[in-house]
Amino acid sequence: MSTAACAGVRPDSAHPWVATPATIVRIDQEVPGVATYYLELCDEKARSDYRFQPGQFNMLYLPGAGEIAISVSGDPAAAGPYAHTIRRAGNVTGSLWQLKVGDKLGIRGPFGSGWPLGECQGRDVVLVAGGIGLAPLRPVIYSLSKWENELGRRVLLCGARSPETLLYHSQYLQWIEAGWQVETTVDRASPDWNGHVGAVTLLLERLRSVDASRAVLFCCGPEVMMKFSAMVALRRGWSADRIWISMERNMQCAVGWCGHCQWGPAFICRDGPVFRYDRIAPFLDVPGL
Amino acid sequence: MAGELADSSSRKKEALFANREEFARIVPLLRERGYAVIGPTIEQGAIVYAPIDSVEQLPIGWTDRQEAGMYRLERRADDAWFGYVVGPFSWKQYLFPPHTKMSESLLTAEGWEFRAVEDDAPMYAFLGVRACDLAALAIQDRVFMNGPYVDPVYEKRRRRALTIAVNCTQAAPTCFCASMGTGPHCRYGFDIAVTELSDGFLLEVGSERGEEIVSGLATSAATELQMAEAHQRRARAVAQITRKLDTHDIRNVLLSQLEHPRWQHVAERCLSCANCTMVCPTCFCCSVEEVADLAETRVERHRSWDSCFNWNFSYMNGGIVRQDIRARYRQWLTHKLASWIDQFGVSGCVGCGRCITWCPVGIDLTEEVAVIRGEAT
Amino acid sequence: MAEKPRLAVLKFASCDGCQLALLDLEERLLELGESVEIAFFLEASSRIEPGPYDVALVEGSITTPHDKERIHEVRRQSRFLITIGACATAGGIQALRNWADHEEFLRAVYAQPQYIAALEKSTPISDHVRVDFELRGCPINPSQLYEILRSLLHGRRPRTPAHSVCLDCKRRGTVCVTVARGIPCLGPVTQAGCGAICPTYDRGCYGCYGPAAQPNLVSLTSHLISTGVSQQEVVRTLRGFNGYSPEFRAESDRLAPP
Repeated sequence: MSTAACAGVRPDSAHPWVATPATIVRIDQEVPGVATYYLELCDEKARSDYRFQPGQFNMLYLPGAGEIAISVSGDPAAAGPYAHTIRRAGNVTGSLWQLKVGDKLGIRGPFGSGWPLGECQGRDVVLVAGGIGLAPLRPVIYSLSKWENELGRRVLLCGARSPETLLYHSQYLQWIEAGWQVETTVDRASPDWNGHVGAVTLLLERLRSVDASRAVLFCCGPEVMMKFSAMVALRRGWSADRIWISMERNMQCAVGWCGHCQWGPAFICRDGPVFRYDRIAPFLDVPGL
Repeated sequence: MAGELADSSSRKKEALFANREEFARIVPLLRERGYAVIGPTIEQGAIVYAPIDSVEQLPIGWTDRQEAGMYRLERRADDAWFGYVVGPFSWKQYLFPPHTKMSESLLTAEGWEFRAVEDDAPMYAFLGVRACDLAALAIQDRVFMNGPYVDPVYEKRRRRALTIAVNCTQAAPTCFCASMGTGPHCRYGFDIAVTELSDGFLLEVGSERGEEIVSGLATSAATELQMAEAHQRRARAVAQITRKLDTHDIRNVLLSQLEHPRWQHVAERCLSCANCTMVCPTCFCCSVEEVADLAETRVERHRSWDSCFNWNFSYMNGGIVRQDIRARYRQWLTHKLASWIDQFGVSGCVGCGRCITWCPVGIDLTEEVAVIRGEAT
Repeated sequence: MAEKPRLAVLKFASCDGCQLALLDLEERLLELGESVEIAFFLEASSRIEPGPYDVALVEGSITTPHDKERIHEVRRQSRFLITIGACATAGGIQALRNWADHEEFLRAVYAQPQYIAALEKSTPISDHVRVDFELRGCPINPSQLYEILRSLLHGRRPRTPAHSVCLDCKRRGTVCVTVARGIPCLGPVTQAGCGAICPTYDRGCYGCYGPAAQPNLVSLTSHLISTGVSQQEVVRTLRGFNGYSPEFRAESDRLAPP
């Protein structure tokens, strides 16, 4: 599998296992159980060297609790601090949850392949996000909102369990103003919800504003949702080599050494997390791979 | 040149001969130059690689009898120094150690301070590296040194290590290096290569560092007769290799058979105990754990060998990905023989046979592959 | 935490060895004393503070009618209940009586068996009350206990490694006693935690830490029997300190139906 050429510039560290200190400068509560942590690298040189590509991730380290891979969810063009949207799930995120503004933690990164923005050139772009899967896609929204080259239609299809768990919903208006068509759907509607109910793949099914034959699809969410989104896209006329998905597995080293994130022929950390669909499609169908 | 890995393939030096007494001096010679000499020696009922300070600690006059799930030491009829194949250890013990303290974190008034831990391993001289293990070293080089990131522990140890290879003059029934194209003849990646003869050793120099060591021994140019004996002995090893693994198109064959019924068949026998991955000279999976005081103000990160056979190795928030032994054995075998090629450009298997011998229930990967290929039932 | 969490160490049918493992923490015990209030620990102090307790470490199995009642009171008094050791998690070596006539044992051991109130079976704590975490071992590993308490003090869910003893043998450079010397060993199906002590001293693993995750016992015992180990010997090996754990029990019962 070819590694996507999306290497970012990482904090200057002679030792790939050793973290660089960072300070939490802001915490935004997003939706229940999800918050965005804005991290500023403490070291000045590390700060000025740091760049990331949309879709890449950092390893956040809390000594004692451990490390966790979190995608960078902010604007790649901004010089920092760097946004990391985190869902409280396990031991490490639980410990992160106890931190306050001003607290410090460790950071390594960025790692992995990013979304291939170059492929969007002159094409319609559809982003399909499920739940917190919108976090790794948000840098794409920022980047394509100020895209200066030729671009077709820009569509964001967003699914969540319920209306109150639609991530970043306060920004949707901004994105619409920047030219995005934003469609949302929820699994379980509340009484005041007037929007779509059902899987996000339904939005993709019904999407008529883009020319599937020349559109690009970036998809991030639960594995089964990405699999079905790709199936729908193929049926709608997308070419398999214009679909990208972002995979998730446990990661410990982030550099292809520890073996934890292996998936078929790939290391998710090194060859992914963003994969072109046609290259990994057969493996999505194999349970327990 | 120090720090350069031996590239013996580019050297065409004539072979030299050293008698046993003279070759025995290589150990003190290496020690004088600051090397910690690691060589084969008998411990715990097996031939392992451990520090030695004299050739007398080699398993002189011993051999190993191996088959699937069985290893025994036996007396030889002669006093050969290298008359056995590979044992339960591999050189990865020394380059990618089972436990490593990787970093330290200290909570100060200014917040966390992160430090790398300086590795203080000695400069190793590996005596008795077989062809399969030379290939294994080259594979781990690709994993730890030749990608975009370099593992500092591995790299430092590896660049300083001196490699004295030994050509096999016999093979075990578990050996299949010939199928993997890695042996039994040592052709690259050594500083010195040795073939044991009836009355001494034929030496080939593979690097400047090797040359410097050999120049400290009294040697003579190998005679035609000695060369012929070396050739004959190496040919004996080739002839003794009976086990085969068909590597033709193996990547596609295995990755297209992810739902083959044989995976369930092997899962019924496999203990998922991780022994195969531990004895494998190329397996590199590891886990990192936090070692801390109760207040968590001084924290160390320790890296330890781990294995894809461990039930929770694939743990993530959504649960455990490889939930049964079938999925875990499939992961190991397809990674070793197929997806390794995608990841590192070579197979992860060198045909040393350790995983066959040291499987407590004698599972043989060559047999599993043959069945998946449809060649056996 | 503003107030120190209160720790209790409680005993049921057991040898006290796991409680002693806590004392084996030595200087780390002092560190523990700074972080928690040791409210009930008869091995260390006769001072008894009443419950409730934040963390209860429960040693021993349930073997008497009185203990069968008492464990419910312990559960009521404990926020986080951890069983420590093979007795508390699997019934212990005393669960060997579960395969025998305990009345006969009583008569053989005690001069006045009528004064002994003992249950027919020795059972793990989890058979009686909800258990929040089971720490394996006969005895437990003090370092694992320390790690568990560290996790709890920082509000994290404790975890202990679920891998086999084999992994630890290889990590410490111990040559496989089964493959190299034909010694029957439960290592491949036993959870690590002891540091692979027995194989390092030339013996097979006794299974002190109980079954590893998804142990393939049928394969191991079939292989042992095929290499000449008697079925009786295999059953005896399985019926050890963790013989009454569901996995080991099922396999020994398969080989020797009760």
